Amino acid sequence: MTETFHETLIRLWSLDRDVVAIAWLSLRVSLTAVGIGLALGVPLGALVAVARFPGRDALVALLNAFMGLPPVIVGLVLYLVLSRSGPLGSFGLLFTPGAMIAAQAVLATPLVAALSRQVVADAEAHLGEQLRSLRLSAPRRAMVLIFDARFSLVTTALAAFGRAISEIGAVLVVGGNIDGHTRTMTTAISLETQKGDLSLALALGIVLMGLVVAVNAVAAFLRSHAARAYG
Amino acid sequence: MTVPPVIRLDDVRLALDGRSILDGLTFAVPARGVTALIGPNGAGKSVTLRVIDRLLCPDSGTLHVAAGRSAFVFQRTALVRASAATNVALALAPLGLCRRERAERVASALARVGLADRAGDAATRFSGGEQQRLALARAWALRPALLLLDEPTASLDPTATAIVEDLVAEMAEAGTTVLLVSHNLGQVARLAARVVVLDGGRAVEQGPTRSILSSPRTPEARAYLTGELPWTSFAAAS
Repeated sequence: MTETFHETLIRLWSLDRDVVAIAWLSLRVSLTAVGIGLALGVPLGALVAVARFPGRDALVALLNAFMGLPPVIVGLVLYLVLSRSGPLGSFGLLFTPGAMIAAQAVLATPLVAALSRQVVADAEAHLGEQLRSLRLSAPRRAMVLIFDARFSLVTTALAAFGRAISEIGAVLVVGGNIDGHTRTMTTAISLETQKGDLSLALALGIVLMGLVVAVNAVAAFLRSHAARAYG
Repeated sequence: MTVPPVIRLDDVRLALDGRSILDGLTFAVPARGVTALIGPNGAGKSVTLRVIDRLLCPDSGTLHVAAGRSAFVFQRTALVRASAATNVALALAPLGLCRRERAERVASALARVGLADRAGDAATRFSGGEQQRLALARAWALRPALLLLDEPTASLDPTATAIVEDLVAEMAEAGTTVLLVSHNLGQVARLAARVVVLDGGRAVEQGPTRSILSSPRTPEARAYLTGELPWTSFAAAS
């Protein structure tokens, strides 16, 4: 046990090449997926909050339900879509970081949309009547409300990042956990633990925790700084 | 020659959550000048403004608004977490102005309410009086033919109230038709040429401000203006 901790510290201290490569890939995949999730989910959630249309309640219920999509199911469906005989098989994305990004984006988008809808709905309760009185169209009202709620939406981005960086099921299925190519921190931790290389698993676990804490800390700092300026 | 009214409501009825709010409301607002809507809480004054601004659709009756663009200043100022200039510019978005024109309108509206030097400051950090002035600047920038004001000075101190009243008077003098909801009868006397008294979702009396404030004809208007409480008049009647 002591030896494992010792090796873990050495790996971390010496910036072990495997640890750095795996951590960098995880970060790249998850941040890109969250970026896609925000680009799609925030406008979608805001429009659902602002617009009134038939089936809106059903769509809200669906978005809320999709927040809890099981990653392994998403991985399986995406595997079928991206596999050679699947509809997007010709792109050759299966077992690439691109497939992992797609999988995490599928997980992040409904989460971002559902949380954004709630945040924007709260902002609309305060500003909605004024914006309708100004005769702004629904998309423009959605844009204004997103802008108004931008500090609260940071929390949504953090929730999406937390879900993406910590999931294992989807990236394992569509990425294949290929050494040096599609191995992320979560898939590596799982594999190395099974293989008995606990020091690498532990080092990756510490880096994973550190990244999550660091991203949250930076976001919290930016949010409080901006909120102090704009109330 | 009689000037046709810019706003005319005829037998307008509206129920919200099963409760009748407007119950056959009928009145007209002449062009230009300030008309005040007064009456006890729950009389339907704020809802009437929302119906005129098409934020609420009446269940029945006819509404005719002949004025061009309208602007609404709410009792609770709704400002976006952004600079004062951005808040004004936001209102101009649907007008399709070019960037230079928009910037000029923003600058002149802020200057008009005395906030030119605060253009870049966060609007949500403004005091209550400054926020209401900013809301008026936002309305002003639209150059509205009709200005709807829902208790614009309800939570302001006397100095801020005086500033807002001066701005409203200035807008009315510039040719804007102003419809003002207020419980401040001194303010109504200072600003409005005409008054409409609402009670229970109906216009119970309307006419020149001075005659209505000094000698109301209907019991409802008299009760409101003398501060008579509904339950005391009920007890006296029984």
